[in-house]
Amino acid sequence: MGGDGAAIPTRKLSCSAGEVTINGMLGEGIKIHYRTASRRVFETFNGIFFILLSFLCLFPVIHILAVSFSHSTPAAAGRVSVFPVDFTIAAYEYVLSDVRVLRAAWISLQRTAMGTALNMTLICLAAYPLSKERSHFRFRTVYAWFFVITILFSGGLIPWFMTIRALGLIDSIWALILPGAVPVWSTIIMMNFIRGMPKELFESAYIDGAGHFRTLLQIVLPLAKPALATLFLFAAVGHWNAWFDGMVLMNRTQNWPLQTYLQNLLFVNQATALTREEAEMMMRISNQTVRAANIFVATVPILMVYPFLQKHFVKGLVLGSVKG
Amino acid sequence: MMLLPAVVLLIIFSYVPMAGIIMSFQNFRLGQGIFNSAFVGLDNYRFLLSLPNTMQVLQNTIIIAVSKIIAGLIVPIIIALLLNEIRRVRFARGVQLTLYLPNFLSWVILGGILVDILSPSTGIVNQFISFLGFEPIFFLGDPRWFRTTMVVTDVWREFGWRLIIFMAALTAVDLTLYEAAIVDGAGRWKQMLHITLPSITPIIILVATLALGNVLNAGFDQIFNLYSPQVFHVGDILDTFIFRLGMADARFSLAAAAGLFRSIVSCVLISISYYLAYRFADYRIF
Repeated sequence: MGGDGAAIPTRKLSCSAGEVTINGMLGEGIKIHYRTASRRVFETFNGIFFILLSFLCLFPVIHILAVSFSHSTPAAAGRVSVFPVDFTIAAYEYVLSDVRVLRAAWISLQRTAMGTALNMTLICLAAYPLSKERSHFRFRTVYAWFFVITILFSGGLIPWFMTIRALGLIDSIWALILPGAVPVWSTIIMMNFIRGMPKELFESAYIDGAGHFRTLLQIVLPLAKPALATLFLFAAVGHWNAWFDGMVLMNRTQNWPLQTYLQNLLFVNQATALTREEAEMMMRISNQTVRAANIFVATVPILMVYPFLQKHFVKGLVLGSVKG
Repeated sequence: MMLLPAVVLLIIFSYVPMAGIIMSFQNFRLGQGIFNSAFVGLDNYRFLLSLPNTMQVLQNTIIIAVSKIIAGLIVPIIIALLLNEIRRVRFARGVQLTLYLPNFLSWVILGGILVDILSPSTGIVNQFISFLGFEPIFFLGDPRWFRTTMVVTDVWREFGWRLIIFMAALTAVDLTLYEAAIVDGAGRWKQMLHITLPSITPIIILVATLALGNVLNAGFDQIFNLYSPQVFHVGDILDTFIFRLGMADARFSLAAAAGLFRSIVSCVLISISYYLAYRFADYRIF
C-alpha cells in the first residue's frame, strides 16, 4: 500500500524535471516550450534565483541565531555568519536571568493578550451593525464615515500624546491598549466579509426569533472564522511588535514592553547604570551575543505563530486588499 | 447599540486629538493647558517656514517615500512574474513563505540585525565587499548611502507581502487565454507581455493609486531606529522631525503645527487616491 502510493510521484518526477505541470489544462502545447534549451536554462536560473532570494530573507534570523549561540570573541570579531562558532548558551543564561527582560516580556504578553482580546471584541461588535443595509440601519452611512474619517485624518502625534496624558494613562498598561482598541481597517475588512454572507441566513435567524446579539454570536461569528483568524493574527503581531507607544507613553522603564526595552538596548547608547556585576558579566559575554540573544527572544513568539500566519494570512490579505 | 464602545473609544482617541490641533495656533505650555495658553495665530507656521531645515526635511521625506513607493511596486511585480514561471507548486509555496518573514519582524528587531550586518568593521556585508576588493561602505552613517539603504531595506521587508497580492492576481488569470496564445504560436515571452501583464494591470493600478497616500509617510519606525546625527541632512523625515521637536525639545505647538501640515496633506492625498482607485479600479472601502 505505502509503496504503491510512494511510487507514483517518484515516477512522475523521474520523467523530466521540466515536465511537471501544475495542471493538465495546459495540455500538450506547453510541453513543446518546456523542452527548448533556453527554457530549461531559464528555469534553472529562476530556481537558483529564488533559493538565493529566500536565503536573503531567512539570513538575518539565522545570523542572529548563530551569533547568539557563539562565543563572544568570534562574535565581536565578526567571524560568525550562518553557523555558531564555539557554541555556548552563556548569552541566553544572561538574558533569561535578566529581570528587566523578563518583566518587559511579561508586559508585552499582557498587552498582547488583553489588547488583542479587546480588538477582536470591538471589531465584531462594530462590524456587524455596519454590515447592515441602510433599510435596516438608518444611520449606517453616517457611522461608516465616522469610522473612515479616522483613517483619512488624524490630529497628529502631539495632540494624541496630550490626550492620553490628560486622561492620566501615562505609565499605565491601558495606555498601550486603549488608544488602538478600534482597528478601523480590520473592522472594515470584517464588515465586508459579513456583507458577503447570504442574507437568507439573517432572515431565517430573525424568523426563528434570534436577536442581533444571538445572530452575531451563533451565526455570523462561526461563519467568519477565516476572517477572524487573520484579523486576530494581525492584531496580535501588531501588539507584540509595537514599541513606539511604550517609549512615548511609559516614563518608567519598568513599564516598558519588550520591544521598547529592546529599542532602548539596541539604539540608545547607555554606558551608564551598570552595576559592577553587570559590567563584569558584559565583559564575559560581549555585547554582540547578548544583543543577538535579546533580539532572538523577542522574535520567538513571531516564529511560533508563523505557521498559523501563513495558513490564514494569504487568504485574509487578498480578502482585504483585492476585494475591498 | 453594539457600535457604542467603538464609537466612544474613537471619539476619545481619534476625535479629541483632532480638536487638539488648536494647539498649533497657540503658544502651548504644559502648565497652562489648552484653555489658557495664549493664541498666536499662524506664528508657529511662520516660524517653521523660517527654520532652515524645514524644507530639507520635506524634501528628504518626499524623496525617500517616493523611491520606496516606486521600488516597492516594481520589485514585487517582477518577482511575482518570475515566481509564476515556477511550475513546482511546493517549491513556489515554500519560497513565498520565507519571503514574507521579514515583514512580521518589527523595525526594532530588523534594525538591530541591520546595524549588526551592515557594520563597516565587522558586518558580514562589508566583509563580503572587502573580500571582493572594494572599500567597506558605512551604509548607515554615510550620507551618500543612507537613503539608498533605507529604500533597499524597506523593499526587502515589504516585497514578500506585496507579492501575495500580485500572486493572487496572477493565479486568477484565465488559463484558456494561454492556450489560445499557444495555438497562435506565442512564445513564453510574448505570452507574458500580451496576456499576463495586461491581466494584472488593474491590480497594479489599484496598488499604485493606493500608495499615493504614503507620499509623506517615509517610514518613521525604520528611519528613527537607523538614522544618526551625521545623516540628518539626508535622512531626517517629517515624522522624525516632529518627534524630536515635540518629544525631545518639548516645543509642543511647533510640533503640532508640523503635524497638522502633514495630516492635511496626507488627508488630501489619501482622498485623491481613494477617488482614483474608485474611478479606475472600481475600488470601494465600504
